[in-house]
Amino acid sequence: MSSFEPRIVAFLCNWCSYAGADLAGTSRIKYPPNVRTIRVMCSGRINPMFIVNALQEGADGVLISGCHPGDCHYSKGNYYARRRYQVMKNILEYIGIHPDRVRMSWVSAGEGQKFADVINEVIEGIKALGPAEEIRRR
Amino acid sequence: MINIKINSVPLEVEEGTTILEAAKKGDTPIPTLCHHPALDSFGACRLCVVEIHYGKRVKIVTSCNYEVWDGLEVFTDTDRVRKSRAMTLELLLARCPDVRMIKDLAREYGVKQGRFSEESDNCILCGLCVRICKERMGVGAADFVGRGVDMKIDTPYSRGSDACLACGACVTVCPTGAIDLEKRFSRNEPVPLKSVFNAGMSTKPVIATPFPQAVPNIPVIDSANCVYLRTGGCRTCETFCEAKAIDYDQKDETVEVDVGTIIAATGFDLYNPEEKPEYGYGKYPEVITGLEFERLVSASGPTGGKILINGKEPRKVVFIQCVGSREEGGKREYCSRVCCMYTAKHAHLVKERLKDAEISIFYTDLRAFGKGYEEFVNRVKDEGTTYRRRELNEPIEVTKKKGKLTVTAKGHPALEADMVILATAVVPREDSLELARKLNISLSPDGFFLEAHPKLKPVETLTGGIFLAGCAQGPKDIPDTVSQASGAASRAISILSKDTIMMEAITAAVNEAKCRGCGLCVEICPFNAIELKEINRLGYTVKVASVNEALCKGCGSCSAACLSQAVQQKGFTDTQILEAIRGIV
Repeated sequence: MSSFEPRIVAFLCNWCSYAGADLAGTSRIKYPPNVRTIRVMCSGRINPMFIVNALQEGADGVLISGCHPGDCHYSKGNYYARRRYQVMKNILEYIGIHPDRVRMSWVSAGEGQKFADVINEVIEGIKALGPAEEIRRR
Repeated sequence: MINIKINSVPLEVEEGTTILEAAKKGDTPIPTLCHHPALDSFGACRLCVVEIHYGKRVKIVTSCNYEVWDGLEVFTDTDRVRKSRAMTLELLLARCPDVRMIKDLAREYGVKQGRFSEESDNCILCGLCVRICKERMGVGAADFVGRGVDMKIDTPYSRGSDACLACGACVTVCPTGAIDLEKRFSRNEPVPLKSVFNAGMSTKPVIATPFPQAVPNIPVIDSANCVYLRTGGCRTCETFCEAKAIDYDQKDETVEVDVGTIIAATGFDLYNPEEKPEYGYGKYPEVITGLEFERLVSASGPTGGKILINGKEPRKVVFIQCVGSREEGGKREYCSRVCCMYTAKHAHLVKERLKDAEISIFYTDLRAFGKGYEEFVNRVKDEGTTYRRRELNEPIEVTKKKGKLTVTAKGHPALEADMVILATAVVPREDSLELARKLNISLSPDGFFLEAHPKLKPVETLTGGIFLAGCAQGPKDIPDTVSQASGAASRAISILSKDTIMMEAITAAVNEAKCRGCGLCVEICPFNAIELKEINRLGYTVKVASVNEALCKGCGSCSAACLSQAVQQKGFTDTQILEAIRGIV
């Protein structure tokens, strides 16, 4: 079990979290390579279907990260994302997926270190849960 | 117009002018103590006497309240006039032997003390204070009390006045400095208006130009303290303004401007060293900040450029750098970048003004990184300034015993100091978060505005059309600020000079065949870019969503909300994202 390296899909909003991840890179801050990022323009773009799909396709965990409340580039997108996330957690539990596999965080464009910290935290959490076999297709 | 002659020189003046005003117009000096252009003429001091000639008659009159008439001949400096003034001055000098102004005038008229017994009063009973209070301020807090030789200026029952506004107008007009507003006249405490520009080290009038190079360089009225705006009295400045430019009705207003680009160049605040009590700032007046020192050495500053602390020139000066900056693990981990160099400059200025001053600078790491900077620091060192290194985590303490400051730092002898100057940290503006939210830009962890890329886009923000310049983005010195500001300006111009702007093709698009016209996307769109329109589908009129591409900013919230996947954000369609997921896991 200790050799288990989870695969994590991170949906990052273009303006805050993706820029934060970029800053982590330009600042030479290290974080494990378990996370693969998908850039969307806003966390409000993230359809709950994407999350289920990522878990079906083989991800062990999903991270949604957007701008801090009040900082959304499109003024309301991160609030939509937060509401969907809350509803999503109940649905995940209902379909037999541990709700902690899906995490949400706020990382601003200036928080390169926080991005790395969040990634480490998510990986820790997913490692504790083990591989997601529940709804995997293959 | 009326034609008169002053000392045989013809002069044309308006009707109703007094001789004093006419003489002023003709540049003929007439001494006066009780006249003030903003007040009615009083004729109390009798110093403005002049000789007038009409026909064969000659008469002595007070020029301040004598109106001119056609053909009047005035002589301002005849023997008779001088004699009359000398007599008045002799009496005034006996009454107020210590008043400088009276002494100067007496010398001018050859008056010596001796004939009358001396008193030691300061007040010459000109009544300027009484009149400005009554006529201008509309208060009348003090008045003439007593008669004859007992006459004096006082408040009712010598108790001090409740009605007094403590505006200080009487102190300003008093020619002899006889008024003790705080202790005798007013029961309301006068509050000095501190000059913000001089870092609170001097006072300023209610109407003043904010600072010497202000743009526009015109005075403003401090509406909270203006007597006219408080009580409806005064309006003295209006009387003096020849251009009739005083407008009491102006109000603060919010101006809305349509702009294409914005440059955020809102500058910085300074760290308040009172948060670190070990430096003694706020406790000892001899401990000042670098900015306060800057005002102190400035020719337009409170001391006219003289380095004075408690009225004396300091002999021993100690500078302490990194006050509030470079706190490891703290809120301000950054270096403020400007302090090393301005402290070196200050040391140089002290040396320049006070040749035998002993100067010590406590520094952590000397960061003389710019062009010519290292050379300058070496020059300062050669001038005799001692640089003393200290570690950041070793506190420096400033203590005071028997009126002498002592600066103690680990590894150094305790230093006596007459003046301690703190190089305080450059900190983000108090309202930077508020402005960042308004402009939709980000802050870096230190609280300054965040640039789009630390190396390749140091002028841009992540929000298109908004640029950064100066210390709003992070501490920097003047050459760096000028460079960044020039960069920001040219970036802004390059947007403004174009007729059209290219947008990223990431707007939402509707597949009308799939859309069921539920209107969820209409509701969710933060920019009101979607509305329902009617189309003909197989002979039926149905409603479908329609995107206004000019309004759509491409957030994709509608795509995530759409139940039938009819609204898709270009470049971020469901299919594309699902493919991306399949690709990476």
